[in-house]
Amino acid sequence: MQSMNLNPINGPNPGQSLARRDYRGVASSQPSSAQQLQTSAANTLLAASGPAPSLPNPMAVPFNANVPSNKSPASVFGGVATAPKLVTRPPTEQKLPYGVPAPTAAGPEPNNNAPRAVQPTMPPTAQRPPLWQPGVAAMPANSIMQSALGNSQGFMPPPLPASQNVPSQQQQLPAPGMFGAQQQQHGNAPLQYQAQNVQQQPLSVAQQGFSRLWGQDTIDLMQNRHILSPATIAPPKVVLHNQFHESINCSGSIIRCTLAKIPESNSLLQKSRLPLGIVIHPFRDVNSLPVIQCVNIVRCRLCRTYINPFVYFVDSKMWKCNLCYRVNELPEDFQFDPATKTYGDVTRRPEVRSSTIEFIAPSEYMLRPPQPAMYLFLFDVSIIAQQSGYLETACSVLNRHLDEMPGDARTQVGFLCYDSFVHFYSMAEGLNQPHEMTLLDIDDPFLPRPDSLLVNLKECKELVRDLLKQLPKRFAHTHDPGSALGAALQVAFKLMQASGGRITVFQSCLPNKGPGALEAREDPNNRSAKDVAHLNPATDFYKRFALECSGYQIAVDLFLMNQQYSDMATISGVSKHSGGCVHHFPLFQKTKQHMVDSFKQCFKRYLTRKIGFEAVMRLRCTRGLQVHTFHGNFFVRSTDLLSLPNVNPDAGYGMQISYEESLTDVKTICFQAALLYTNSEGERRIRVHTICLPVTASLPEVMHSADSEAIIGLLSKMAVDRSTASNLSDARDAFINATIDVFNAFKIAQNLPSGQSGQLIAPRSLALLPLYILALLKHPAFRVGTSTRLDDRVFAMDSMKTLPLDQLMKYIYPELYKIDALVYHVRNSNISLTQDEDYDDDELLPEMQRLQLSAEHLDSRSIFLMDCGTLIMLYVGLNVPTDVLEALLGIRSTAELPDYVYGLPNVVSAESDALKRFMLRLNYDKPYPPLVQIIRQA
Amino acid sequence: MFLPETAVFCITLLTYGAILLLLIYYVLTLADLECDYLNAQECCRRLNFWVIPKFGCQALLCAMLLICGHWVMFLLNLPMAVWLFYELQRQRRDSLGVYDPVDIHSRGLLKVHLRNCMIYLGYYFVMFFVGLYCLISALLKGDPIKRHEDDEIITGF
Repeated sequence: MQSMNLNPINGPNPGQSLARRDYRGVASSQPSSAQQLQTSAANTLLAASGPAPSLPNPMAVPFNANVPSNKSPASVFGGVATAPKLVTRPPTEQKLPYGVPAPTAAGPEPNNNAPRAVQPTMPPTAQRPPLWQPGVAAMPANSIMQSALGNSQGFMPPPLPASQNVPSQQQQLPAPGMFGAQQQQHGNAPLQYQAQNVQQQPLSVAQQGFSRLWGQDTIDLMQNRHILSPATIAPPKVVLHNQFHESINCSGSIIRCTLAKIPESNSLLQKSRLPLGIVIHPFRDVNSLPVIQCVNIVRCRLCRTYINPFVYFVDSKMWKCNLCYRVNELPEDFQFDPATKTYGDVTRRPEVRSSTIEFIAPSEYMLRPPQPAMYLFLFDVSIIAQQSGYLETACSVLNRHLDEMPGDARTQVGFLCYDSFVHFYSMAEGLNQPHEMTLLDIDDPFLPRPDSLLVNLKECKELVRDLLKQLPKRFAHTHDPGSALGAALQVAFKLMQASGGRITVFQSCLPNKGPGALEAREDPNNRSAKDVAHLNPATDFYKRFALECSGYQIAVDLFLMNQQYSDMATISGVSKHSGGCVHHFPLFQKTKQHMVDSFKQCFKRYLTRKIGFEAVMRLRCTRGLQVHTFHGNFFVRSTDLLSLPNVNPDAGYGMQISYEESLTDVKTICFQAALLYTNSEGERRIRVHTICLPVTASLPEVMHSADSEAIIGLLSKMAVDRSTASNLSDARDAFINATIDVFNAFKIAQNLPSGQSGQLIAPRSLALLPLYILALLKHPAFRVGTSTRLDDRVFAMDSMKTLPLDQLMKYIYPELYKIDALVYHVRNSNISLTQDEDYDDDELLPEMQRLQLSAEHLDSRSIFLMDCGTLIMLYVGLNVPTDVLEALLGIRSTAELPDYVYGLPNVVSAESDALKRFMLRLNYDKPYPPLVQIIRQA
Repeated sequence: MFLPETAVFCITLLTYGAILLLLIYYVLTLADLECDYLNAQECCRRLNFWVIPKFGCQALLCAMLLICGHWVMFLLNLPMAVWLFYELQRQRRDSLGVYDPVDIHSRGLLKVHLRNCMIYLGYYFVMFFVGLYCLISALLKGDPIKRHEDDEIITGF
């Protein structure tokens, strides 16, 4: 234990006593390293029959704290186990009354593979032959990583279902309608704890308990193929020291750090080979957000940190900043608690109770009066655009949701169209209908008139509606192949310059006229080549323009509805550097109903979602750390200040963190993201998120606390940078090297034998890393060998940079569920259709287990649901029972399904209702409900 | 061989002096940016303005030294000219200059730029004295001291 002077966390009694009470058992002072466990603690504990004296009463607490009560921790990799190799384990297993996870649900199963809670209700397994021969396993995680890791000479990994071992695997698969039991275990026990002392059985039992207790169990990836379980998917819990264990940390959906425990020095971080960074979704729609209006917002005088739950109150008049450690004075009125209207207790203030909070900013936070909501729409009306027919859809959606666009009485809108020329629409007062003016000189664009091009929405609503009705007809018969995007942008900039706002561009072909004209660069015959060229912009026009916009608080959002190559790489620069967003609808045709539908949904969400204008975001971190690289759509104005002309609730950002000095003398570090924006009602607001993370000096702890999803989020962003700065194959290599490095580092950290051991021991926290990396390598952004249009690839890369983590994970590795469990659940629980409404959704739905995206999980008797984020696919097997088909889809056999079915048919049945509810639950966090596509087994 | 040796080294020395002053300006501007006294766009605009003149000076200097046959000095100057050329050439097509406001705050680029400036400063500082030495030795080449045939120094009285 170090003594700490600067430490705000540590009260007057640092050291051992504190560590003892540190009751979730993750403090660095606990004897948590594997070594210590092996030797002393484990032995003592095994010998003792009751609670070991060295670890007093709170032993039961960490167990409860770490493991959800309804399932045994052992069940996390659950499923019915086949006979494990470790059957020789002595019965000491049952002598675990002191909090070591003696599974309550499972009984003394030798390898602790308790079935999941739902399983006991299942009927006995029916043997069935493998009806479906797995051809392509989408994720041969083990095999490929194995070869990549190169430690497998002579070892045959248990990889793709090779033809001879498929039957034996599938023998025990349950009948359709069974669920969960497909968790086949190969040979060894699923949880391989500290593999070096497998021989010492009694030890490993206790260790098993402890490592699980501290979230430090490991998995041998070579032995366990089915690792996608709730325990590996759940992000690691941030466990803080005593003083803060009640402070609610910022929600994981808003800020996630790649490591739930921060290594104390750069060298330790380097040893772990993990990236350090955070992914943040700052403007996320949240349900309950405390909003505070106060005269003076309490901030640190030195580093300007907002007061947050993790500061240290020296006394009732002073607080110590947790980022720079300066002691500040508290203003008098901070003693007043607005909720209870009492004086005296500073800890009751909402600022100190909630780590996500919004302040209504006083006038010091404004450089100018808050701007009104300003929306300008730019429509491409060249012949290609007209052929796609997007204008009709866009105008009708716009017309319908005109009133729902965020804004107050000052809201202004404007419309421009452009082909070879730019068309303006003047909606001046006193006009019966909009006037069109056409600008012919696109090389030197100017505004034809100073006013009434942007009009007040409230006052001119009729004219606007009229215009939106006329626009599609106006250009229906155009034959102009030109698209003067650059000129249109320039005049749009001139229009918006005075106030700032949002420019929405609909582009459907390559801009080929006037400033910013581009040439087609893609070679269509070379789409599957190994070397992908032209990932970088062709000109600096759009970047320059975006920077200029950013200076005037204008954001440009791009909807690319292209029919052919449109150089997304170059055009998207206009959004990238101005804080906008990019949407892509390749090959949009108004005749394809599903495209129209998904565009409608997306555009509706775009129009009606919240928006923040003239925003800036600053990320502050504890002294010793600094932000190294930013990822996302914005312009970095100064070292830690992001300029975001617009901020929307669907934008995510990533930051890589580096060390300035080591953190040896602190116990926790904090990140604080503060987003200052003007909301659509013209109110200046500050949204502050604070996250606090413990610091550790132990390498295994660092690795066990890794958050694989956040790591993937950050790695994918870094890989996009690498692909553009260098080339795609470099990025792909970097992915593989990063994975190898991490697992080698873990080997070293755990003192595992090096060389060819036939094992690939992974901490549970990183078990899914190879899987996700493989998914990334097959993602349109990074794949090679498969024909990928350049625009699609560039858009996928953009999405990697800008999607918030939850959506990004679905985009990288879609969720696959077997619907049978749902049907089974509905039929076995007596829920009638009538009582639905009163119940909580979750009570009606069984817990659905995610499946790996491997063909071995597919079978012809079941229906599967794959959730890709913006698309939900239902895969209907050939031999699905008729009653299920009828109940869900209203058809009698799979063959009746047409080739392209979109949308769920309206069937009134309990099963269909459950499916809809399940989809609702899946869509709960999504910006807009995705399209449902039904495909049948060929 | 078009210019007398002393003139060549005079020009060399003046060039070095100018570049040194420019580099000090660079360092100050970058330091301003680091301390947030200057915004990235303004800073990069100022710095990029001088990138071409700097490279031009260096290239012309190299050419002059080559033409005048000062091989050693030419070889000493060549690496810097090549590096500056490379720096100009490696920019991407959408780059707004060697100093790009979009990138300058990420990937530690600001630190890299500052470090580069320091290296340039060191280089030109050393080169300045090399130039000074050359100038002095060129000035001294015509023996200013009057001698007899047998190297006997005439002291004048």
